[in-house]
Amino acid sequence: MAGNTEPLSARAKLAVTAGRAAAAVSRAAGRGSGSVIGGRVALKLDPELLARLARHLDVVLVSATNGKTTTTRLIAEALRAGGEVVSNALGANMPAGITSALAGGSAARYGVIEVDEKYLAGVARDVSPKAIALLNLSRDQLDRASETRMLAERWREGLSGTDAVVVANADDPLVAWAASSCPTVIWVAAGQEWKDDAWSCPSCGGVLQRPGDDWFCGDCGFRRPVPTWALSGDCVVAPDGVSWPIRLQLPGRANKANATTSAAVAAIFGIAPKIALDRMYHVQAVAGRYDVVRYEGRDLRLLLAKNPAGWLETFSLIDGPPTPVILSVNARSADGTDTSWLWDVDYTRLAGHPIFVLGDRKLDLAVRLEVAGLDFRVCADLAEAVRSAPGGRIEAIANYTAFQDLRRLIGN
Amino acid sequence: MSDSSLRLVWVYPDLLSTYGDQGNALVLERRARQRGLDVTRIDVRSDQQVPTSGDIYLIGGGEDRPQRLAAERLRRDGGINRAVANGAIVFAVCAGYQIIGHEFINDLGRVEPGLGILDVRSVRNEGARHVGDVLADVDERLGLPPLTGFENHQGNTVIGPSARPFARLRYGGGNGTGDGTEGAWCDTVFGTYMHGPVMARNPKIADLLLKLALDVNALPPVDERWYEALRAERIAAASQPA
Ligand SMILES: [Zn+2]
Repeated sequence: MAGNTEPLSARAKLAVTAGRAAAAVSRAAGRGSGSVIGGRVALKLDPELLARLARHLDVVLVSATNGKTTTTRLIAEALRAGGEVVSNALGANMPAGITSALAGGSAARYGVIEVDEKYLAGVARDVSPKAIALLNLSRDQLDRASETRMLAERWREGLSGTDAVVVANADDPLVAWAASSCPTVIWVAAGQEWKDDAWSCPSCGGVLQRPGDDWFCGDCGFRRPVPTWALSGDCVVAPDGVSWPIRLQLPGRANKANATTSAAVAAIFGIAPKIALDRMYHVQAVAGRYDVVRYEGRDLRLLLAKNPAGWLETFSLIDGPPTPVILSVNARSADGTDTSWLWDVDYTRLAGHPIFVLGDRKLDLAVRLEVAGLDFRVCADLAEAVRSAPGGRIEAIANYTAFQDLRRLIGN
Repeated sequence: MSDSSLRLVWVYPDLLSTYGDQGNALVLERRARQRGLDVTRIDVRSDQQVPTSGDIYLIGGGEDRPQRLAAERLRRDGGINRAVANGAIVFAVCAGYQIIGHEFINDLGRVEPGLGILDVRSVRNEGARHVGDVLADVDERLGLPPLTGFENHQGNTVIGPSARPFARLRYGGGNGTGDGTEGAWCDTVFGTYMHGPVMARNPKIADLLLKLALDVNALPPVDERWYEALRAERIAAASQPA
């Protein structure tokens, strides 16, 4: 029982048991993994349960607009070099889901927890984390009125007195501003392809100057912190200047950035970059993302892109033309019901790819692609898109519920 | 027009480009080029001077703090006011719509002066935020088909005597004042709460601005297939609110 020396109180034990029972009922009723409903029941019985469950663990929190699920997996895999890990690997990242995940790991030494951006400050207060990884912040679900800079401000206020070591992306001005109030920060040059939410200085509102990889505010002097860890090409550069090659099964620049941050987090717990990175190689598709599946006799790679920054990162990792691309967009409540964000994505990056359009909001996509001057075909369903696509592996990019629809259809 | 090229000015993308309204510039540019027009698109960041020689100025929506910063910088700059005095066209959305009026309530809860190029005043609506699909009938003088858009705001905008409502609501919150109006316009200045972006769902608005800029009564037809399909879908969706 490494890391679990103090027994849970009777009330906490009851809460955990009740939570597990509720989860089992939910699973039996066919409502998914049941982790969220289980957590809700447990939290109701013992509101301090989250804090109590975490007390026995070295906790790492991971938050961001994009990449938090994958990074949580990478860090968890790296920390397994040092002991057992409990994690909300299924992406249930609000307090109820987190409670449920922690309740399942009484023998663990580490808790690696993905946290929804809006809940980070509160969860950080409850669980006294040893480390907090902050990756990026950008526009997401426009109809929710959760303004990006307000999120950064909430992080900044909520984390200002934290005892945790904060590992933060120096290349994202909003993240840098949020983290710069924390007592101990390890800065990582993790890069940032999407820049359109950070042209204004988060501190004073001045216009940020962004020459090359640098950024600074000419008005107040707020500038990019000096990083000690960096992603450089295909390598992690550690604080001692030694480069470690990144080998992942996950594609794309963004995942190399996630691996770099994960290596910096692992080092806090005494796990060397080589060991951490070797372990990260074992992380495969995360919740079906990047999975290559067979459908109608063809190979499809499933790619999730939930917001403009995610679409941009996804365009940079797909195979070049003439690889066929399927795009699927919904605007259900979990996606945000406003599709205006489609116009913030530069679809001209898909020029040369045969494009097939699906989803509840395929007509919004059709107009977007028409205005971008691209050729495309609007399809009734996935089968039609796959049948129409020329040979070779197909890249299928979808937003949140559209991605779930594809997985369900394919039986994956 | 100042020369053979249509000058399209996209105002302050660093502050007012949060809700996809850049799409209005893309649709305008596309439909102008499809008519064989040469277009120069000028993106002006808020640390740059706004050119006064533009034909069409587009201002988008943004969050509350950037809205205040944009109003401060545009007042100091004065370029849009000079351009409008010379007959330029302005089309502003949401936060931009409030900025081109006389005043609005800023993120600090104070009255912020606008550019005063459209006779409207905005206050903050104390009730629920207006979020969702909108359907409205555009002022008949403008000769446009029904307006479809997506709104996401907490403003109440009152139209003064020298401006007219842009549209009459069938569904949605619009100006939020309970008088059934959406947006406002006067001469060559237009304001609306509609995102979507509004010209992707209402390409005839783009054509109207092009006709005003070119001083012509008609434009050659373009392929409207996907626009029409999208319009039909969104008009039906607005008529059956979730
Ligand atoms: Zn500054």
